[in-house]
Amino acid sequence: MTVMISLPVLIPLIAAGLMLLTPSRLAQRIINTIATFAHLCVGAWLLWYVMEHGIQAVQMGNWPAPFGISFVADTLSASMVLITGFMGFLVGLFALSDIDKEHEHFGFYPLYQILIMGVTGAFLTGDLFNMFVWFEVMLMASFVLLALGGRRAQLEGSVKYLVLNFLSSGLFLTAIGILYAEVGTLNIAAIGRLVAESERSLSIMTVAMLLLVSFGLKAAVFPLFSWLPASYHTPPVTVSAIFAGLLTKVGVYALIRVFTVIFTADVAFTHGLILVISILTMITGVLGAAAHFEIRRILSFHIVSQIGYMTLGLGLFTAPALAAATFYILHHIIVKTNLFLISGTIRHIKGSEELKKIGGLYKMYPWLALLFLIPAMSLGGVPPLSGFFAKFTLVREAMGIGAYISVGVALLVGVLTLYSMTKIWAEAFWKPDPDEEREKEVKRIPVMMWVPIAVMAAATLCIGFYPEWLLTIANRAGEELMDPSRYIQAVLEPRQ
Amino acid sequence: MEIVMAISIGGIYAMAVYLMLRRSLVKVILGVMLFGQGVNLLIFASAGMTRDHAAVIPGNAETVIGPSADPLPQALVLTAIVIGFGVVAFTLALVHKTQQAMQTDDVDKMKEDDG
Repeated sequence: MTVMISLPVLIPLIAAGLMLLTPSRLAQRIINTIATFAHLCVGAWLLWYVMEHGIQAVQMGNWPAPFGISFVADTLSASMVLITGFMGFLVGLFALSDIDKEHEHFGFYPLYQILIMGVTGAFLTGDLFNMFVWFEVMLMASFVLLALGGRRAQLEGSVKYLVLNFLSSGLFLTAIGILYAEVGTLNIAAIGRLVAESERSLSIMTVAMLLLVSFGLKAAVFPLFSWLPASYHTPPVTVSAIFAGLLTKVGVYALIRVFTVIFTADVAFTHGLILVISILTMITGVLGAAAHFEIRRILSFHIVSQIGYMTLGLGLFTAPALAAATFYILHHIIVKTNLFLISGTIRHIKGSEELKKIGGLYKMYPWLALLFLIPAMSLGGVPPLSGFFAKFTLVREAMGIGAYISVGVALLVGVLTLYSMTKIWAEAFWKPDPDEEREKEVKRIPVMMWVPIAVMAAATLCIGFYPEWLLTIANRAGEELMDPSRYIQAVLEPRQ
Repeated sequence: MEIVMAISIGGIYAMAVYLMLRRSLVKVILGVMLFGQGVNLLIFASAGMTRDHAAVIPGNAETVIGPSADPLPQALVLTAIVIGFGVVAFTLALVHKTQQAMQTDDVDKMKEDDG
């Protein structure tokens, strides 16, 4: 058991260590592919085990729960680990043809593994301070990946990203300090139990708000999202794809974790606030996207608007709403990463992502056009793709509760998302290429670019046509999140 | 003792925020570093400020003898200092590189240029 929960963290660690010992580029590529595939397999095994046997918890170094560091895998964290492995593997394949020699030489692959390790660790840990440490591991790797290459735009984006994330980490630590002074433990499950019994709601509420700001910054919710569109379009596409897929979702995951296990005393205020923030996030993100004409910038703003849907599920705070949020996160990671990879392929073909400067892709690359349409329509929520079920479950639940403003905004933002996607479609694919000589030439797209895009599109279709299995997982996750006593019990009173 | 600590931590936070709101990038970074120090002090103070023995178990005993300071926040601070040190080192290198590339230290003048 111990091994199974630690493996998703150990595999990238060992891989990164091996890579640092072997400077050979080929060896690093091979290790990267094998390690990410192993991570994917272990993730699938972990999720299967959790679905069969319930929430699993292990104590590091055999120190019993509130004293040692716990690693916990419930349905949400196990499925997040699985999707991290899935994205890590596919984006790793894409990297093989996208990342240039210089980046490889400066340690792209070890950093990539460390990034995956940090993300996985943050999903699995059951200790608040340990979560901070995993955040820092992930951020450190992401700082370097973002700045590697050193173009002006990259440096400018990195500075914003770094300062705001440092601020967020500082607020997280402040919250940890106050919380420790208040309850005397940092184990999430133990805090959950103590806070439920505690009378002192004022300082607990302070902590809740500090964590909301800190995790909100990492998740890029309104009004703390400005670092994301400023930095995500600058590094190589592989890097922005994995960032877009995973990093903000770690913030969303952390929000869901603390606002279901710990801060449930004053739901009307805390979750009401999250609901308002979600609505504003959805609107500002989608409006920002409408104003831009570079593919990756448009997609970056859509990350912000989609984060709003996920936190909306948390704000509504019912089991089906949390299930819908889980479904939304899993669907969104696949679709968004895929769209970034496609933008990289377009850059590879046309040498630019400015919609004004490119065109004519439909004529010469009909298959790429089809592969773009699948995730783009899914992002907008067109049936029968995965995004439809994600939005449908969320909107149905909001309707059931009577949160009609949320319903209206969610549907409107869906339409505006479609507008942005059709803008990319019309400009990049349909419109004739402004450069007439370039229009006729056909560049070969490397296999390693095709394969990840096609697999992710297939996954989107698969979720769209057979949503039951993912809905089962999401519903389990939602039920577990609404009943934190199961999580607390699994950590503090392990069955012998 | 706690009141002195609380006031100084609050003062450091205020100074850090003031510095971070400046337009000069170097001052922003100084603010960030100061913020990190304030946070470390806050965690250090989180177990209460008392004059007690260090929480070290003597060689012939099973548990700590008598009252002692809570060792956990000290361990946490140590971790936070190390991480903060790493991030600050990287930040300084990045700011140096940025300053070289942009020829300016003013955050407002750093306009993007996709070249």
